[in-house]
Amino acid sequence: MNIPTDYLLGLSGILFGLGILGVLMRRNAIVVFMSVELMLNAANLALIAFARQAQDLIGHVLVFFVIAVAAAEVSVGLALIVTIFKTKHSIDIDQVSGLRG
Amino acid sequence: MTTDLWVFLGLALIAVASAVSMLVSRNAVYSALFLVLNFVAVAVLYLLLNAAFIALVQVTVYAGAIMVLFLFVIMLLGAERLETGRALRWQQPAAAVLGAALLAEMGWVFFGGAGTGSVPAALLGGAFGSPAAVGRLLFSDYLLPFEVTSILLLAAMVGAIVLAREDRRRREGP
Repeated sequence: MNIPTDYLLGLSGILFGLGILGVLMRRNAIVVFMSVELMLNAANLALIAFARQAQDLIGHVLVFFVIAVAAAEVSVGLALIVTIFKTKHSIDIDQVSGLRG
Repeated sequence: MTTDLWVFLGLALIAVASAVSMLVSRNAVYSALFLVLNFVAVAVLYLLLNAAFIALVQVTVYAGAIMVLFLFVIMLLGAERLETGRALRWQQPAAAVLGAALLAEMGWVFFGGAGTGSVPAALLGGAFGSPAAVGRLLFSDYLLPFEVTSILLLAAMVGAIVLAREDRRRREGP
């Protein structure tokens, strides 16, 4: 396939920047969490692009591990969000400023 | 302009547009669905890049399992529209400025002198990135990390259950 690696890196950078904007701007904790997933996705895209350029499958293996760790992270993070919602009745991250329940 | 480049441009447009829509939509359910669209577009891009196995993992794990978990939690909490009021007035402009600065820096690194240059696609065999090739690598050189990942997933599952369950002892106590 004839796509230059630079274009893929550009797309990856744009998606990563959008994810950072989501983390910084939104205050709904679930949307912030989804923006983190978007950033992981952008990093995966860069890894795949580099793996193709270097003709090395290690990039694919790394992306596989990133996806597995993201699944673990999402399960724990969403459980935390549910627990915070039970105690504070809100998932506005501005109000979650203390660790005590 | 070859066909591949047009397909890439279309997919990139879909991915960026869905990411922007995810950021600006007020309803969290719409955000989650736009993120699914983004993941599927990137998965098709992986297919173009000789990464068939990763594309399938992306669709099943990311767009399937993880986003279904997100949608479950959003609907369980009824947290579709919980953004009201504005506590920090300077937050959004500051975020926009910082994000734009980071994007400019990344553009400078990628397309400035330190970039990779426009490398034409390497000639890859048909087996590159196939499930058989990636699986062979996973079960030979990377067997230990693979098993550690399974322990990590087990720990995450136990942790999620411990965090999210009702605390019966405290409720029945004095």
